[in-house]
Amino acid sequence: MSFTGVSIWLIPLLIGGILVYGTYKRVPTYEAFVDGGKEGFNTAVAIIPYLVGMLVAISVFRASGAMDFLITLLKEPLQIIGVPSEILPLALIRPISGTGALAVTTDLIKTYGPDSFIGRLASTMQGSTDTTFYILTVYFGAVGIRKMGNAMKIGLLADLVGIGAAIFFVTLVFGS
Amino acid sequence: MVNLIWVSIFLIGLFYAMANGTMEEVNKAIFQGAEEGVTVSLGLISVLVFWLGLMRIAQEAGILDKLAKLFKPVVKKIFPEVPADHPAMGYILSNMIANVFGLGNAATPMGIKAMQELKKLNGMKDSASRSMVTLLAINTSSLTLIPTTVIAIRMKYGSVSPTEIVGTTIAATACGTIAALLIDRYFNRR
Repeated sequence: MSFTGVSIWLIPLLIGGILVYGTYKRVPTYEAFVDGGKEGFNTAVAIIPYLVGMLVAISVFRASGAMDFLITLLKEPLQIIGVPSEILPLALIRPISGTGALAVTTDLIKTYGPDSFIGRLASTMQGSTDTTFYILTVYFGAVGIRKMGNAMKIGLLADLVGIGAAIFFVTLVFGS
Repeated sequence: MVNLIWVSIFLIGLFYAMANGTMEEVNKAIFQGAEEGVTVSLGLISVLVFWLGLMRIAQEAGILDKLAKLFKPVVKKIFPEVPADHPAMGYILSNMIANVFGLGNAATPMGIKAMQELKKLNGMKDSASRSMVTLLAINTSSLTLIPTTVIAIRMKYGSVSPTEIVGTTIAATACGTIAALLIDRYFNRR
C-alpha cells in the first residue's frame, strides 16, 4: 500500500514543482507548455506506421499458432535447465508484446494465485523487463532511425538475462 | 536487420497458418494488429503532449541543466560520447529517473526527446549511434523500482502481500540492466 501511496503523490508534486520553479524563473509557462505539447503530438503521429507494421506482424505470428508451436517446442529442453513450463509463454511473449504479456501475467496470477510460486515468478518477470520490440519501435520510430545497429540483439540478450535472474531470485527468496 | 526480422515474423506466421488451417484467425489478426498500432499511438498522444509540454517548462527554467550537472559523473561513464553540457544529458537523466519511479508514461516522452537530441549529435543520420543504442538498452531492461501495474494485479486477485515481489523484481531488473550495459560495451569494443 505504501508504494502506491507514494506514487499517487509523486506525479502531482513533480508537476507542482515544475510549475512553481518555472514561474519563479519567469518562464512563459503556458506558452512553453503548448510549444512542447505540439512537438509531442507530431511525435505520436510519426510513430503510427512503425507500430502498425510491427504489431500486425506480431499478431499474425501469434494468431497463426506459430507462437504456441514454438512454446511446445521449447518446453522440454527448458524444463531440464529448471524453467517451469507454465511460465514459458510469458518468457517468450514478454519481449514481443506488452499487452500480450500483461494478459498472460494476469492469467497466470488468476490461475495459480498471486502468492503461489508461479504467481510470484510471473509478477517478478512482468515487472523486471520491458517490451523490447515496443521500445525499439517507439523510440527509434519517433526519430526516424532505420538502421538499428546492435540495439535489438542487446535488448533481447538483456531480456534473457533478466528472465533468468527472475527465476533465480524468486527460487532463492520464495523457494519452489 | 529489422527488415529481415519483420519479414520473418510475418512470413512464419502466414506459412504456419497455411499449414495448420488458422487462416481465419490470421485474417482477423491482421486488422486487429493494425488497429492496435493506431490505438497505442493515439494513446501515446495524451501522454506525449502533456509530458513534453511540461518538460519544455522544465527545460526553459533550467531544471534539466541542473539535473544533468548533478548526475554528470555517473551518466558520463555510461554515455561517454555525449558532452556533459549537452541538452541530451538532461533528457537522458529525466528518462532514467522516470523509469526508476515507475512513471512509464513519463519515461517514454523523455526518452524520445533524448533520442532526438542524440540524433542531432549524430549529424541527423538515420542510423543509430552508440549512445542511442545504450539509451535503448537501459530502457528495454526497464530500470523500474516500483512495478505498480503488477502490484495492482496482485491486489485484485487477493494477494496477502501484493508488494512482496518488489525485492525480487529490483534484483532481476538490476541484473538485466547491468547485463544490457555490459553487452552494449562488449559490442562497442569489438
